[in-house]
Amino acid sequence: MNELIDFVTIAMVLFAIGIYGLVVKRNAIRMIFSIEIIANAANLNLIAFSRNLHNVQGQMFALFSIAIAAAEVAVGLGIIIIAYRLYKEIDVEEYRSMKG
Amino acid sequence: MGPHIMPDALFIGIAIMTVGSAIVALESRELVYGAIALAISMLGIAGFFLLLDSPFVAMFQITVYVGAVAVLVIFTVMLVRTQALFSIKEDRKRKVAGIILLLVFMGGIGAVLLSSGLSNPGFTKFNYPAIEVASIGKEMVTYYGPVLVLLGLTLAASVVGALALARREDIEQQNERAD
Repeated sequence: MNELIDFVTIAMVLFAIGIYGLVVKRNAIRMIFSIEIIANAANLNLIAFSRNLHNVQGQMFALFSIAIAAAEVAVGLGIIIIAYRLYKEIDVEEYRSMKG
Repeated sequence: MGPHIMPDALFIGIAIMTVGSAIVALESRELVYGAIALAISMLGIAGFFLLLDSPFVAMFQITVYVGAVAVLVIFTVMLVRTQALFSIKEDRKRKVAGIILLLVFMGGIGAVLLSSGLSNPGFTKFNYPAIEVASIGKEMVTYYGPVLVLLGLTLAASVVGALALARREDIEQQNERAD
C-alpha cells in the first residue's frame, strides 16, 4: 500500500465512476459532478507521478488544473441556471434547441 | 508491524471515503446530499495529496473545491425548483449498460496497469525525497510566470461570463420602465 500503483488504481476507479455518471445520468447537475470526479482523478495521477519522479511540474499542472476546473464549474452552473429558466427542467434530454 | 500498519490503514480509509462518496454523489436520491457527498470526495482527494507529501496542493484543493465549488453547487441546487430535481427519468437499460461499461473499463485499464512497468517494485516505490514547497513558489514566479498571469485573466473572464449569463434582461427592462 501507499505506493504509486495504489494511487493510480484509485484514480482509475474514480475515472471509471465519472465515465459511468456521464453516460447514465441525464440530470445536468449530476453530469457536472461526474466531470469534477474525472478532473480530480486526473489531478491525483499528476500528483502521484510528480511524487514518484521527483518533478515539481506535476504539482504545477495540478494547481493550474484545479483553478481551471473552478472557472469551468462557475460557467457550467451559470449555463444550467439559464437553461432551467428557459425550459423549467434540468434534464438534458429536454434541451432540444440551442435558440435562446 | 507498528509504524508500517498506520499509513496502510489511513490509505484504505481515505480510499473508501473518496470512492464511496463519489458513488453517493451520483446515486443519492436528493441532489443536495449528492453535492455534500461530492465535497467529501474532494476532501478525500486532498487527503491523498497529503499522503503524497504535497501539502500546498492539498490546501489549494480544500480551498477551491470544498470551499468554493461545493458552496456554488449547493446554491445552484437550492435555486433550481425542487420538483425538477425529483423527476428522475432513468432508463433501466441505460443504467445496466453504464455499469457494464464501468466494469469493462475498470477491467481493461486495470489489466493494462498491472501488466505495465508501473507495478514493478523498483519503480512503484517512492524512491526520492518529497518536493519542498519552496520550489513550487520558485517555479511559479519564474518559468510559469506568464501562465499564472494567463490563468488570472481566464478566471476573471469566467467570472464576468458567469455574471453576464445570470443577468435577466426582462427584469432590467421592467425596472427601466418603472423609472
